Amino acid sequence: MRNITYRQALNEALAEELKYDENVVIIGEEVAQFDGAYKVTEGLLKEFGPKRIVDAPISEAGFIGMGIGASMLGIRPVMELMFWSFAYVAWDQIINNAANVRYMSGGLTNCPIVIRGPANGGTAVGATHSHTPENFIANTPGLKVCCPATAYDAKGLLKTAIRDNDPVMFMENTILYNEKWDVPEEEYLVPLGKAEVKKEGKDLSLIAHGRAVITSLQAAQMIEEAHNISVEVVDLRSIRPLDEETIIESVKKTGRAVLVEESKPFCGVGAQIAATIQDQAFDYLDAPIKRVSSIDAPQIYSMPLEKIQIPDAQRVVKKVMEIL
Amino acid sequence: MPKERVSERSKEFSLAARAEVLEHNKKYSKDPVNAGLSKEDKIELYRKMIRIRRFEERTLRVYQQGKIGGFLHLYIGQESVAVAVSSLMGDDDHVITAYRDHGIGLAVGMSMNECMAELQGKFTGCSKGKGGSMHYFAPDKNYWGGHGIVAGQTPLGLGLAYAMKYQDKVGCCVCMLGEGAVNQGVFHESLNLASLWRIPVVYLIENNGYSMGTSQERSSAKDILAQRAEAYDMGWHHGNGNSIYEARAILNKAMTDAREHQRPSIVELMTYRYRGHSMSDPDKSYRTKDEIENYKKNKDPITLYEEALKAEKVLTAAAAKEISKEATEEAEKSAQFANKSPFPQPEELLTDVYWETDNPDKGTSGGKFFFETL
Repeated sequence: MRNITYRQALNEALAEELKYDENVVIIGEEVAQFDGAYKVTEGLLKEFGPKRIVDAPISEAGFIGMGIGASMLGIRPVMELMFWSFAYVAWDQIINNAANVRYMSGGLTNCPIVIRGPANGGTAVGATHSHTPENFIANTPGLKVCCPATAYDAKGLLKTAIRDNDPVMFMENTILYNEKWDVPEEEYLVPLGKAEVKKEGKDLSLIAHGRAVITSLQAAQMIEEAHNISVEVVDLRSIRPLDEETIIESVKKTGRAVLVEESKPFCGVGAQIAATIQDQAFDYLDAPIKRVSSIDAPQIYSMPLEKIQIPDAQRVVKKVMEIL
Repeated sequence: MPKERVSERSKEFSLAARAEVLEHNKKYSKDPVNAGLSKEDKIELYRKMIRIRRFEERTLRVYQQGKIGGFLHLYIGQESVAVAVSSLMGDDDHVITAYRDHGIGLAVGMSMNECMAELQGKFTGCSKGKGGSMHYFAPDKNYWGGHGIVAGQTPLGLGLAYAMKYQDKVGCCVCMLGEGAVNQGVFHESLNLASLWRIPVVYLIENNGYSMGTSQERSSAKDILAQRAEAYDMGWHHGNGNSIYEARAILNKAMTDAREHQRPSIVELMTYRYRGHSMSDPDKSYRTKDEIENYKKNKDPITLYEEALKAEKVLTAAAAKEISKEATEEAEKSAQFANKSPFPQPEELLTDVYWETDNPDKGTSGGKFFFETL
């Protein structure tokens, strides 16, 4: 099997879907001539031309709103946000329009749009460029949201998202763009709403999404090596729809859960997962559910402190040891 | 300190005599787009305006009976604008508007029944009672809503027009907005994109003078709002919306430019609403009764069009009366229809949220979509 980067996997997904459906169009800042601010769209302008790959001015509300309107008439726009942090200037378009047009029209309107881009801290870009709004999005009925952790999932989920008839918010991670994973040559899709057990274990479940999955896998290995404890790692992949079944199955098996995410804790994804576990697997729990998230302050710039702010494997290990 | 800005609307109407609109109607009746209208076409325009007014007068009573929730933004006084738009739309032309959306809904051909039922939150409403007054939709008639956030529809209209261009169709989108929307940032982003990418959109500012209780003079740093188009290298038109002939002539030019030459523009039509911003507006603090009465008397789009049609010997007083009577009856029937219609079942809370959950056989996702259910 090939070993390719997360970035390359996304690039392949875009290219394949541009070929698959002529209504797919990519619009965003620097996506065409510049080949993408993070090079995710590299080479696409050359291959598909300026009608399909469109450089937008810095007007997120304008061009994302335009994409929503176009999607209502059957275009499948894939809008790139240079950072999900910039989504807030387009928030009205995403939350009021993309999420609600189907409902408010009694099902007469569809909105098959994808909005994608990186949503992560950890790169010393300060508070305004480090947002992780998956919980805000997931709080909004009508929207779907996924946060792939590996190149394989990134490619398969993005292809699914582009074919989806509902608005899908797709959150990537700049730190993962250069990471390599095995990705098959042949075409495949990864469905939304299906979590994956990235590592099997029997004593404790680490449940995570996005880059926190990678952190959790590292932590699992450290715990096993140091303490001979078997840790399972569940990758949510999609936040909404959410694969509760896989979560509950894992917790029923292990009896312990630590929820790991890079977002802030209050009303975060972990809060929802914790509620789900206590509701559906209360009797199976041998310990309180614990959460690990970013330290609850605006994202700091200072490099050594930001490393502390975002959960690392040591912090996950420490939290795990509290309930073992 | 800037010079104090006072409401100029009352000054404007007193200066602009009734004769002015009549004059405009006469002048623009000779514009090719109007000269080509048959007698039946002209009467149909009249009928459409009357239907909007009688419908909304009836909704007012329904509201007062406590059967309509929340807001009700009435279009009374502005009917000529919506009817002008719909009368010019071809198969590949689209329209979208803000929350004062009943007029264009009826104008594009929605039934009074579905519109009245929607106001009452009934399942027989155009959006099954899920949208309400501000969110009418009729995609089958190229009408894409009814949008509640001021200027929120302006990039959507751009997108509808973009889709026409992308699909190589000769069509345009008329994106209607109130004059209060021109100060929202997203409108300006949309203007820039429209001009930059030559998207066939017409931004139609329905200038009724007041964004809620704030007059244009107290909110906008310019008197002719359409002129803002110049900043984006776009064409613009400004005219009298109370004259349906004038509105049609101007819009026809703008829509043709958009469709055939990919030239977007702004059209500003001066109009007036007789009712408050919504129902909770006591309508006392920001304009005078005299101002409203003078508009009704001197610049009413229906009355003046009726006079024009009589002068043209297209319409008789008896025929006008009959049209009005029919519209009143139709509105009355729609109120009865809405009264008798059922509310949506509780299960409807969770339909139409996602295409996928409404089409489970065709969906590919696993997992849970809803986290609090019935």
